[in-house]
Amino acid sequence: MNLILFTFIVLLGFTSYYFGRKKAYTIQYTKKRLTALPQFYGYYLAIWCAIPAFIIFSLWAIFEPTIVKLLILSDYSNQGYLDNELNLIYEKTKSLSRGQFTGEITPFIEASAKKYINLRSIAQSSKVVIVLSAIIASGAYAYKRISSNSRTREPVEKFLKAVLFTASLAAILTTVGIIFSLIFQTIDFFKVIPLFDFVFGTHWYPAKAFVRDSSEALDPSMYSDTFGAVPIFAGTFFIAFIAMCVAIPIGLMSGIYLAEYASVKVRQYAKPLIEILAGIPTVVYGFFAALTVGPFLKEIGNSMGLDVSAESALAAGGVMGIMIIPFISSLSDDVITSVPQSLRDGSYAMGATKSETIKKVIFPAALPGIVGSILLGVSRAIGETMIVVMASGLAANLTLNPLESTSTITAQIVVILIGDQAFGDPKTQAAFALGMSLFLVTLCLNIVALRVVKKYREKYE
Amino acid sequence: MIKISSKNVDVFYGKKQALFNINLDIEENQVTALIGPSGCGKSTFLRCLNRMNDVIDICRVKGQIIINDFDINDKSCDVVRLREKIGMVFQKPNPFPKTIYENISYGPTIHGMAQSKNEMDEIVETSLKKAALWEEVQDRLHEPGTGLSGGQQQRLCIARAISVKPEVILMDEPCSALDPIATAQIEELIDELKKDHTIIIVTHSMAQAARVSQNTGFFHLGELIEHGSTDKIFKNPENKKTQDYITGRFG
Repeated sequence: MNLILFTFIVLLGFTSYYFGRKKAYTIQYTKKRLTALPQFYGYYLAIWCAIPAFIIFSLWAIFEPTIVKLLILSDYSNQGYLDNELNLIYEKTKSLSRGQFTGEITPFIEASAKKYINLRSIAQSSKVVIVLSAIIASGAYAYKRISSNSRTREPVEKFLKAVLFTASLAAILTTVGIIFSLIFQTIDFFKVIPLFDFVFGTHWYPAKAFVRDSSEALDPSMYSDTFGAVPIFAGTFFIAFIAMCVAIPIGLMSGIYLAEYASVKVRQYAKPLIEILAGIPTVVYGFFAALTVGPFLKEIGNSMGLDVSAESALAAGGVMGIMIIPFISSLSDDVITSVPQSLRDGSYAMGATKSETIKKVIFPAALPGIVGSILLGVSRAIGETMIVVMASGLAANLTLNPLESTSTITAQIVVILIGDQAFGDPKTQAAFALGMSLFLVTLCLNIVALRVVKKYREKYE
Repeated sequence: MIKISSKNVDVFYGKKQALFNINLDIEENQVTALIGPSGCGKSTFLRCLNRMNDVIDICRVKGQIIINDFDINDKSCDVVRLREKIGMVFQKPNPFPKTIYENISYGPTIHGMAQSKNEMDEIVETSLKKAALWEEVQDRLHEPGTGLSGGQQQRLCIARAISVKPEVILMDEPCSALDPIATAQIEELIDELKKDHTIIIVTHSMAQAARVSQNTGFFHLGELIEHGSTDKIFKNPENKKTQDYITGRFG
């Protein structure tokens, strides 16, 4: 029903566009000059026709369930029911009205279900009537207002601006909302666990928190030596470091090759091929690391008499590096290509060879942009989850040996939040605290990266 | 004395022929101007002289260009040495995004011309003095070259070109991005430079060609229509097309 009504509004909007334009043409025939192109009259009418109806439609969809619930439950008020009991009654009523109720049917609930069906049908038909009359009223109003000297261009432009503004506002509000949800949980977490223990503690052992029975009272002393984040921060940076050791040289060199040495034809095929790497889902990289690279490294290590864990930081970091190659290669290729040809000409004309030109002129000129691409790669490495979860183990060892297993912030968040979670429990809140610190780290990196890129932009102006 | 002599030079961009059978001799320690309407091939010819067309993938050059009894289109030609001997100044000033000092020291470093810091300082100073820029920039040698004005940047590029003591300097419309005062300074400089260097300048301004050059070549649609002393080309051209172009009837 809703879908039909929605389609109807959209269709009417489209048709009214043609009506509006037609009226504009008719005005034009009588040799009067229009204040705007005929399309604007069409858009004007379409907006007036569809938007008020659409707003009513959306508000209705949001508030109808709440109002119906209030009306149904008003029968049960003053009878001493608790809130969750009332909710249960309402849920029973709803499923009975759909004919899916399997429990014992009491007369009260049956009566409510009838009332529910009744209310819904009233709501539906009045919605159709109100929406349709809104379309007709606003449409007719706008159609009447269209005349040769009415302004249509300005309202249409204003409307477009409002739509674009709403879109960007939605994006910003979501970000702010996410940050706030992180902040409040994080603050709750630090009420139980001292900030000092979190930042400087060297034991990360959240499993200890699993054993708490949620009915017991919170005892902060129980959590000492549980949420020390140093090992996982160290693990995160260590794995990111290994990844960048792979990604920076290979990515940079392939970027330079593509930008400076590759012929047009090679570049045409090689660049998309490298970018395919960026399209591979990280979970695929994950089992590549866990099932192929990890065991392979273990075998090589064993044959040399080294003790290599099958879930080593090296395997996870190396594969992560491969994942990041296309980011660095593609971005640095773009940056190097955007260095003006006149600088290359200037250098060649001085008798410099290609490699001298790249080393002494192009690379320094492109350096800020390249640094920007590397920093973006680093934030990818720090935020990467799937590869680490699958290939690097979950035990948070504090180690600098790439052949041992270690764990990262993201992997620990996964560990903490898999399965049943109790809200308000330090264990769950620890995930928020980790998320918050991860967010802060990547935010700083991104700010630095943007700064650097901005500096680059001013370079040639 | 003839410094550069081109014999039967053809240039192709892909399948399109841009220059047809160019035969032109260039006199030593004189200024030769190449004039002609846009797209006539004068810049292409200029870029043949230091093999800058190598940079363009689809460009092919045929024929001989003899400099110091040596064909630069020969396989045995060392492009690095060639470009050390034949400097170039471009249409738009293109200083490197480095300091003024580094801009000048770039060429001498590549060619290993200075043994010590003192020698390099001297090269930088003489190059800037020769380019008439020393007075203006001696206090800020270590500031970026891109911070100079357009005319100063172009003189910096000229200083960069002469830092390796080239025998020939190619100039591709060096004043087209400059105002009249900066243009006058560059023209004065060109006159000064011809004592030590052979100069070939591509220009759109006929007045400029008349002012700075001793010899002129007129290009049209990829062909060298006429060449000779500037006086003769401007006062008494043999070819009707040259006369039409010089008197402003086309181009």
